[in-house]
Amino acid sequence: MELQDIIKPENKVYGKPSLMNETPMHYCPGCSHGLVHKLVAEIIEEMGMEEDTIAICPVGCAVFAYRYVDVDWIEASHGRAPACASSVKRLWPKKLVFTYQGDGDMACIGTAEAIHAMNRGENIAMIFINNAIYGMTGGQMAPTTLMGMKTATCPYGRQADLHGYPLHITDIAATLEGTCYVTRQAVNTVPNIRKAKKAIRQAFENSLKGKGCSLVEIVSTCASGWKKTPQQANEWMEENMFPYYPLGDLKNTVE
Amino acid sequence: MGKMRGAIVVDEERCKGCNLCSIACPLNIVKLSMTVNHKGYNFAEQTDWEKCTGCTSCAIVCPDGCITVYRTKED
Repeated sequence: MELQDIIKPENKVYGKPSLMNETPMHYCPGCSHGLVHKLVAEIIEEMGMEEDTIAICPVGCAVFAYRYVDVDWIEASHGRAPACASSVKRLWPKKLVFTYQGDGDMACIGTAEAIHAMNRGENIAMIFINNAIYGMTGGQMAPTTLMGMKTATCPYGRQADLHGYPLHITDIAATLEGTCYVTRQAVNTVPNIRKAKKAIRQAFENSLKGKGCSLVEIVSTCASGWKKTPQQANEWMEENMFPYYPLGDLKNTVE
Repeated sequence: MGKMRGAIVVDEERCKGCNLCSIACPLNIVKLSMTVNHKGYNFAEQTDWEKCTGCTSCAIVCPDGCITVYRTKED
C-alpha cells in the first residue's frame, strides 16, 4: 500500500476542528491553552452549537481566544468574565454561555465575580486554566503558585510568611450550593485529554439544561513561565502540581 | 486479517516544534525535522510511515491542531 492510498479524504480520522481558524495561535510552543481551545472547538462542533454559543474571553494569555475559535465572543474586563456571562445567559437563556479564564483572572482579580456567579447558580460553564503563574506578563507569582515555587516576583520561592498560601478556588467552588459540577482535569496525556473533553462537554450540557454553574479546572503547563521545555513542563506538572491539585470530580449533582 | 495503516500530514508552517507529538507517539515514528519552517521552528514529521497505525495520539496532543491523521485497513 502506498502513501497516496492512505492519504485520501475518505480515510481522514482526525484533524483540526473546522471551528478553529487558520490564524496561527500566539501561544508558546506546547502551551495547554491551544489544546483546550481545540477541545472547546471540537465539543461545540459535536453539539451542533456553532451558531448558539456565546463565549467570554478573559484577560491573560487567552485574551485573543476570539481569534482562534469561530464562535461569538465577548471580551470582558479583567476578571469580570463570570459577571458578563451571567448577564448574557439571563438575556439569552437558550444559548450556550461559557467563560474561559486563567488563574490570574479567576483566582485573583476576579475571585469575587467568580465566587458570586457560582454561588448564585448561574447556568454558565466556566473553564479555569490553572498553570500556577502569570503567563502573559512574564511569569510572576499567582495566587495558585505552589509553595517554594520560583517565579519572577518570588525568586527565592513562595514562602508562607511573606506570600501566603495557594488558593484552591475549585475546592471553594465545590462547597457552594449554586454549583452543580466541579471537576479538575489535565491535558498532559491522551487519556487525560479525553477525560477533560468529557468534562467540558458535561459542563456545557449543564449550562444548556439550566442545572446550575459548572466549573472545569484544567491543571496546565506554562513552559515559558516555568523556564522549561514542553516535555519537562509536563513532567514537572505531574510531579509537583498533581499532588497539590489532585485530578478528579469534586462535585457532581447532575448524575 | 487486514492491518491498520495510517499516515499523518503535518501543517509545517503552523507547527511550533513543541515535540509533544513525538513523545505521545507509541511507535516513536514522529520526530522533529532537521530543517526549519518560516518561523524558525523545527517542525514535526513522520519518519517511518510504513509502521504508522493511525492511532491519532500525535494529533490529539498537538496544541495547535497541525496534524491530520488518515487511516485505512489493508486488504
